Amino acid sequence: MNRYRGRPAAVRALVRPTEVHKDLYIDLELFDLEMEHLFANAWVYVGHASQVPNPGDYFTTTVGTQPVVMVRHTDGTVRVLYNRCAHKGVKVAGQTCGNTGRFFRCPYHGWTYRTDGSLLAMPLKKGYDDTGFESCEASRGMAAVAAVQVYRDFVFCRSNPQGVGFAEFFGESLSTLDNMVDRSPEGRLEVAGGVLRYLHHCNWKMLVDNQTDTCHPMVAHESSAGTAVRVWQEAPPGTPKPMAVEIFAPFVSPYEFFENMGLRVWVNGHGHTGVADSLHANYSPVPGYWERMVAAYGEARAQRILGDVRHNTVYFPNLMIKGPIQTLRLFKPIAVDRTLVESWTFRLVGAPDLLLERTLMYNRLVNAPTSIVGHDDLEVYERAQAGLHARGRDWVHVGRLYDPTEVDRVNVTTNGTNELQMRNQLRAWLRYMTASMPEEALA
Amino acid sequence: MITITDRQLVDFVYAEARLLDEQRYDDWLGLFSDDGHYWMPLTPGQRDPRLETSLLYEDKLLLRIRTERLRGRRTFSQQPPSRCHHLLQQPSVESADDAGGRYALRTAFHYVETRLDTQTLYAGWARHELQVLDGALRIQLKRVDLVNSDAAFGNINLFM
Repeated sequence: MNRYRGRPAAVRALVRPTEVHKDLYIDLELFDLEMEHLFANAWVYVGHASQVPNPGDYFTTTVGTQPVVMVRHTDGTVRVLYNRCAHKGVKVAGQTCGNTGRFFRCPYHGWTYRTDGSLLAMPLKKGYDDTGFESCEASRGMAAVAAVQVYRDFVFCRSNPQGVGFAEFFGESLSTLDNMVDRSPEGRLEVAGGVLRYLHHCNWKMLVDNQTDTCHPMVAHESSAGTAVRVWQEAPPGTPKPMAVEIFAPFVSPYEFFENMGLRVWVNGHGHTGVADSLHANYSPVPGYWERMVAAYGEARAQRILGDVRHNTVYFPNLMIKGPIQTLRLFKPIAVDRTLVESWTFRLVGAPDLLLERTLMYNRLVNAPTSIVGHDDLEVYERAQAGLHARGRDWVHVGRLYDPTEVDRVNVTTNGTNELQMRNQLRAWLRYMTASMPEEALA
Repeated sequence: MITITDRQLVDFVYAEARLLDEQRYDDWLGLFSDDGHYWMPLTPGQRDPRLETSLLYEDKLLLRIRTERLRGRRTFSQQPPSRCHHLLQQPSVESADDAGGRYALRTAFHYVETRLDTQTLYAGWARHELQVLDGALRIQLKRVDLVNSDAAFGNINLFM
């Protein structure tokens, strides 16, 4: 019997003001419902327009668990199509990226599609005459994802044809993307460096929860960042502080630092750590960068842009942005206990290469499968994935600094160790899980 | 000028792998020159460790942080610890500059890392760029190219 399918009341009972039921992390049926409802109703990140600069350029990825292809159409716009041949279901675009020219061609029977998905041709077309083909789904070609929006080159989609609009969904949270783009003197980013892909045997939401969990670094990362600081302290006095130590050291800042850095929550499950201060606030200046920013924006605005040092911005459901270090992390759900983490990096167009070098070092040291920081995070996620199966305790606690009046307040700033953002995500989870679920018939 | 035989070069590569399998990290770090690096590129044929992402590109300071961490009391992901096993094909000497004391070797390998009940096999090629310093061979660069370097991996905890 279904426990959750067709039972929105049962789904609502999983989220309490300060607790969340373990089934969100371990139940197979809920995972399927997340893919059907949550990932269809929310605006989900697809890719960056710099990955497809020319007509015919494409990039294949997934939205939830569905295969899609992002492609630059012949008219210059970015389209997102389900990567599925209308004929037999074969994924039409097979490589991660490439250029398909003016059309996609399926490798199975040679059906071809324009880059907006419409059917162009198929061999032996006469064989479909008088078969009612025009009224079949196949005649409509590769399906386009219902709603696509490109915001400052970041491509998002909502696969449910009805639902919340882009501007309403993101609200004031787009300011983080703005800040990251504005850090380029030319106001433009390019995907650069290459993507790190890190496989996690845990539920995708554990990773999202972790992004604004400021009470774990001093515990879980004592082994890596703490060791880095200790080894560095043994260096002879006067040795310049290496970039790697600048990156590691803030992870083992005391609790007060994380309390004071602050947390801001927006609508619909979006929010960020690092309002007044951040782990990215004290990196050494990069020669030549400030001058280029002042030339582009003037001193006052350049100061404002670079003084905004937000730490982790969560875009619900599964995206995280680090503006000051030009990093994007995407938590791609594969199964209830399996998540692929992709960590992407950007070049600030017009800025010195040293910024990209630092971004890549950060990504390597913190987000790679070889990262000594990531190792301890993954260890706790996998232990939680196993531990949650224990009977006797059914709830995960998210009540730190809970205030009953918080529910109706948006765009607020609070103590950096408040778990308000996790609760904000859970409320959004409920909203977009149940938005398209039919209500139960009354017995 | 000290003459280094091919046999000495090949034995150096075998001995280095043995130190890693036996987790004798202080001795292993001692094999690197002060400006030595350990590099695991992300993409096949990668040329640039600076402006292209790598899995690892570590100088001696970072390698020391990494090895000290492995034995730390609060290194939870190493409780219980990982173990590893190198299986090397005979290294081939790719270049030898006796006058400058510089040598390069290429070694195909299979590497197994285990922790708890999971055993993972990796395969690739190692390139050792060695230099004679104070009469002894030292690693200037150890480059590890996995055959599937751009695949999605779980934790890679130790050194290949």
